[in-house]
Amino acid sequence: MVPAAFDYRSPTSLAEALDLLREHGDEAKVVAGGQSLVPLLKLRFASPSLLVDIGRVPSLSGVTADGEWLRIGARTRHVDVERDESLDRLCPILREAAAQVSDPLVRNRGTLGGSLCHADPAGDWGAVMLALDARLVARSAAGERVIRAADFFQGPFTTALQPDEVLTEVRVPVAGRGQHASGVYLKLERKVGDFATVGVAVHVRLEGDRVATAGIGLAAVGPTNLPAGEAARALEGRQPTEEVIAEAARLAAGAAEPHDDLRGSADYKRDVVRVFVQRGLRRALAQAGPEGGQA
Amino acid sequence: MNVTVDVNGQERSADVEPRLLLVDFIRDHLRLTGTHIGCDTSSCGACTVLLDGEPVKSCTMLAVQAGGHELTTVEGLARGAELDPVQVGFHEEHGLQCGFCTPGMLLVSAALLERNPQPSEADIRWAISGNICRCTGYVNIVKAVQHAAGLRAARAAAPTEQVTAGAPGGAE
Repeated sequence: MVPAAFDYRSPTSLAEALDLLREHGDEAKVVAGGQSLVPLLKLRFASPSLLVDIGRVPSLSGVTADGEWLRIGARTRHVDVERDESLDRLCPILREAAAQVSDPLVRNRGTLGGSLCHADPAGDWGAVMLALDARLVARSAAGERVIRAADFFQGPFTTALQPDEVLTEVRVPVAGRGQHASGVYLKLERKVGDFATVGVAVHVRLEGDRVATAGIGLAAVGPTNLPAGEAARALEGRQPTEEVIAEAARLAAGAAEPHDDLRGSADYKRDVVRVFVQRGLRRALAQAGPEGGQA
Repeated sequence: MNVTVDVNGQERSADVEPRLLLVDFIRDHLRLTGTHIGCDTSSCGACTVLLDGEPVKSCTMLAVQAGGHELTTVEGLARGAELDPVQVGFHEEHGLQCGFCTPGMLLVSAALLERNPQPSEADIRWAISGNICRCTGYVNIVKAVQHAAGLRAARAAAPTEQVTAGAPGGAE
């Protein structure tokens, strides 16, 4: 398969990339690892007139942390997250999710930010970022704005990003003093490299024996990655007993909007959401104990 | 536009269209046909090459994106007449049937052993999980990589002694 012809620019600074986007608007498409965009170009589902490759723009990748935020450069590759042992303490769900994105070869090229911007409803990172209440930092020539994950996904393959904006960073809030946090990403897939049949991300912060905050994000069971907000709120401020967990799982299944397809029936997928939320919460709560993570 | 890539230790330049896929650059422009096109949809790994030492799918990358990087194709594994330990491993353990997936399997295996010289079976199965063998010959592929790990260790212990392919069914 051969993509339709396009012009290609490979700027060496973010300012240059943003100028190109300002000039070309929605005729241009940003590419980093290309693991989602190149297949679309080959199928001619996308045919931009200009590709702006941000692969040579410095300082868009890597993970840093301060007391308030864990900052992940948008061009950080899945494999870089997968291998970053410092994240075991800071935010364990990230490594668990990274290791389940597609296959090892795709993870060597594909980037966390690229996956989020592609906004596949079955994408793994969107569910994780919803559970973490992450903030997505968008830059344009006009300046910077911060978008909550819950406001980022607007439709299938559609995000809040404007044509002249580049996602530069993802910020994950770090747990406050006296809180212990952990998260889990569970994915049902038919084979390595397949899209999720169902993906569930759960994240909890404990204060003493109570849940201070909770987040639940779903993959492949709706027109976008979906937050299960009502389910999360059913946990907050409460002791996470089996009854409370079961109620949250039931509410999360209710938030799912799956369809019948080759990977399973809607009823089946909805029940997998329920089971995964239950399993995920049990494990996240156990991990979040006094030795738990920070994010 | 011009693209210059270090391919198997040699600098190669060409004037290409930006839409040219890396796999087509390798096969049609460089005439290195050891890199195969299988599914052409990023699913099978037959087109695997090493980009700066890491396996990637050359059907899902533009040639221009490889500019300035180092590329290793299956042709770059052997050093002259001396086969790479993974090639010897696949030969001696019969790690192939039809051979179509083999270039990709060899490269992911070589990259694995570079990072992890003593992989467990689970590590090997993880490393090849993006590469499909439709002969389903995975058991022998895993054995071949395990054998290659042993050959590498032997080669490291006795660097002057050459490890070469034995006769088919040959002795270890």
